[in-house]
Amino acid sequence: MKIYATYNIKGGVGKTTTAVNLAYLAAAESKLRTVLWDLDPQGAASFMFRVKPRVKGGGKALIRGKRPLDDAIKGTDFDNLDLIPADFTYRNMDLLLDSAGGSSRKLSRLLAPLAAEYDAVFLDCPPSISLVSENVLHAADMVVVPLIPTTLSVRTLDQLTEFVAGFRGHRPDVLAFFSMVDRRKKLHKEITENLSSERTEVALTAIPYLSMVENMSVERAPVTVFAPRSSAARAYRALWSEILARAE
Amino acid sequence: MTPGLAGFVASGHDEQTWDDAVDGVLAALGTEFAVVPERGAAPRGTRRRTWFDTFDWRLYRAGLILEYVAAARGGELRLSSASPAAPAALGVQATPPADVAQPAPGWRASRPHQLCDLPDGPVAARIAGLVAPRALLPAVTVFTGATVRRLLNDDGKTVARLHIEHVAVAAGDHQPLPPRLTITEVRGYLGQGRRAVRLVAGSPGVRPVTESVLADALRAVGRRPGDYSNKVAAPITAGMPAAEAAAVILLRLLDTIEANVPGVLRDTDTEFLHDLRVSVRRTRSALKLFGVALTAPTAARGSALTSDELARFAAEFKWVGDLTTPTRDLDVHLLGFEETARALRAAKPDDLEPFRAYLAQRRTREFRTLARGLRAERFTSLTRDWRERLTRIREGASGRTGATARSGGSGKAAGETAGTLAAERTRRAFTRVAKQGGAITPESPHESLHDLRKRCKELRYALEFFAPVLPPAACAAVVADLKKLQDCLGEFQDTEVQIGEIRALAVAMLAANEAPAVTLLAMGEVTAGLAARQQAARADFERRFAAFGGPDGQRRMSLLLRGGLG
Repeated sequence: MKIYATYNIKGGVGKTTTAVNLAYLAAAESKLRTVLWDLDPQGAASFMFRVKPRVKGGGKALIRGKRPLDDAIKGTDFDNLDLIPADFTYRNMDLLLDSAGGSSRKLSRLLAPLAAEYDAVFLDCPPSISLVSENVLHAADMVVVPLIPTTLSVRTLDQLTEFVAGFRGHRPDVLAFFSMVDRRKKLHKEITENLSSERTEVALTAIPYLSMVENMSVERAPVTVFAPRSSAARAYRALWSEILARAE
Repeated sequence: MTPGLAGFVASGHDEQTWDDAVDGVLAALGTEFAVVPERGAAPRGTRRRTWFDTFDWRLYRAGLILEYVAAARGGELRLSSASPAAPAALGVQATPPADVAQPAPGWRASRPHQLCDLPDGPVAARIAGLVAPRALLPAVTVFTGATVRRLLNDDGKTVARLHIEHVAVAAGDHQPLPPRLTITEVRGYLGQGRRAVRLVAGSPGVRPVTESVLADALRAVGRRPGDYSNKVAAPITAGMPAAEAAAVILLRLLDTIEANVPGVLRDTDTEFLHDLRVSVRRTRSALKLFGVALTAPTAARGSALTSDELARFAAEFKWVGDLTTPTRDLDVHLLGFEETARALRAAKPDDLEPFRAYLAQRRTREFRTLARGLRAERFTSLTRDWRERLTRIREGASGRTGATARSGGSGKAAGETAGTLAAERTRRAFTRVAKQGGAITPESPHESLHDLRKRCKELRYALEFFAPVLPPAACAAVVADLKKLQDCLGEFQDTEVQIGEIRALAVAMLAANEAPAVTLLAMGEVTAGLAARQQAARADFERRFAAFGGPDGQRRMSLLLRGGLG
């Protein structure tokens, strides 16, 4: 079982759309048994799959092990793809993790039993630096980091890679990619081209800024479902191929 | 299809009624869900599904179903456990069968296949031990087409699916079968799935599925799973007139003979001939055991056999037996060839290859003679006349019972019954075995053991013929001991016969200049191995006979005869 996390300290950079599209591609095109855990209390991924953002017993029951993760799983409309919905109580997940012993590996332990049933897990993380994100980084085999092509974003990536490099034992692979790229903007173009070729942890694929991606929240489905031949769908396919190649 | 929460089938007998039932289901579901076609799914084309099994349903009897699904680039074989198609009780999740599948390039749905046609794979691994040496035959083929509807909640989320499967049997004019409707659950939405099941169940014109598509399709072509067995299982009762019981048993044996003839003539697999021979042998034994019952007068004037007719039929069945022997003997050599070659110590397995080629060539020749015999008027008139005479005897004898009952007489007063016949003949057969076996000493000639084997077969057949009127537990106890004795005697005689045949074949091969020295040496080693097995069987005989014919065995037999037959 491979665990992929979409993470960035900043919000609004395309984490959820990336998680939703990649999870769908893993299930539908790579035929991997896939589950996406919507860890963001805002529940955007759950919304896109039309699943109510509610977990029986809330985050507390899951973190304390009173209810197995398995119980919270909902089937999406698509073969091979399940979802663990968001819950508003996830806003307190830091506190819950802290009261459960403050371990940065609690999430890894919760996910371990899913290995019998799934080939791929996607974790859609809330934007923050917290015990939740630390748990996510420890659990993940690969952290997929959407970056807006700005100088500050690049600095964020540096901070993240430095942070992960300090892990003892298991360290996730970090793969950043440029998201919401507007090719009409000179800065976007320059940063995207330079960093993709200069830094190995930056993917060659960039996801352009496209209204089709924004339409996901209207259609409430992955872009590869409602516009499978669109340039947005093609870009996510290319990104998924690059991730798979790198994972190998 | 995904194992469903519950499966239903449209009631009624015509397509219009079925369409109405499906419309009714869609309307019922529409009261609580939005019912929409599966997302982005072009309707799947028609699939051709063929179920394979051996002629004697070895897979079905082992609880397995083998399905071949044709595809453009080579089809696939799927093996599943024969669990019910869907649970009848609403809302109970069916246990998914432990399916395995493998590609089956070169398979055709329309013809039999040998196991060796199947490349290595999970299906081949699971069925090889069960099926060999039988061929896999297409039992029935259907064309299925499925459409899927999603059931949506208020958020537009799929919470369950309705699968509508249309099925037509690929025989004659593609007779359609009633459509099947299955509700499948979406994980985490069991409540809504169950609600959908209740809506379908309450819809007019549908009923819960109780049988698989396979069972439905077989019924449509006039068959049922397990409809052939080489077991006697004749429907006799203790009070039945002896003549009627005798005719019923012999008709059942004739059914088996006739059922196997096409497979023998097509040379589909070796077991058709084996089963045919067993039924002929049983027929001959039955004629010896209780053929005289067929000569007793019955209500239908002239229906009973004369002694001459009885002798003529017995002689004709001996002719059939003799006709089949050479091919079967060669089959036995060829079937055991790999094992024989592997058992060689001094010679190499390849040394025997010319022997295998010679056996195969001889078999081709002998088979031609056999096929000519089975196609000849002599055989067809034998089976036709035999059936006609047995049918008249059965009907005449049952007419006599009816007449006796009307006149207030008892079955017993009317003559011998199946119960008395079974008791008397089984006792007589056992006495013969006990007497002949008891007289055998370590110095007795081989022939005495061969004769005893024949008596044992007669007793075994008597127990099989009369099984319906014998107490099952006591019968099973006697058969268990008898079987071990028969195995010992069979090993003793079969090894001797095989030694004789191999010697004769060696002479014939030498005469035909087809016997390299290494092959003759290897054949010599094979006969030495057979001789050692024969000696071991001989040494085992006293122990086996004591277990069967000794005081304990006699007590078991008298329990059997007292318990069931008085």
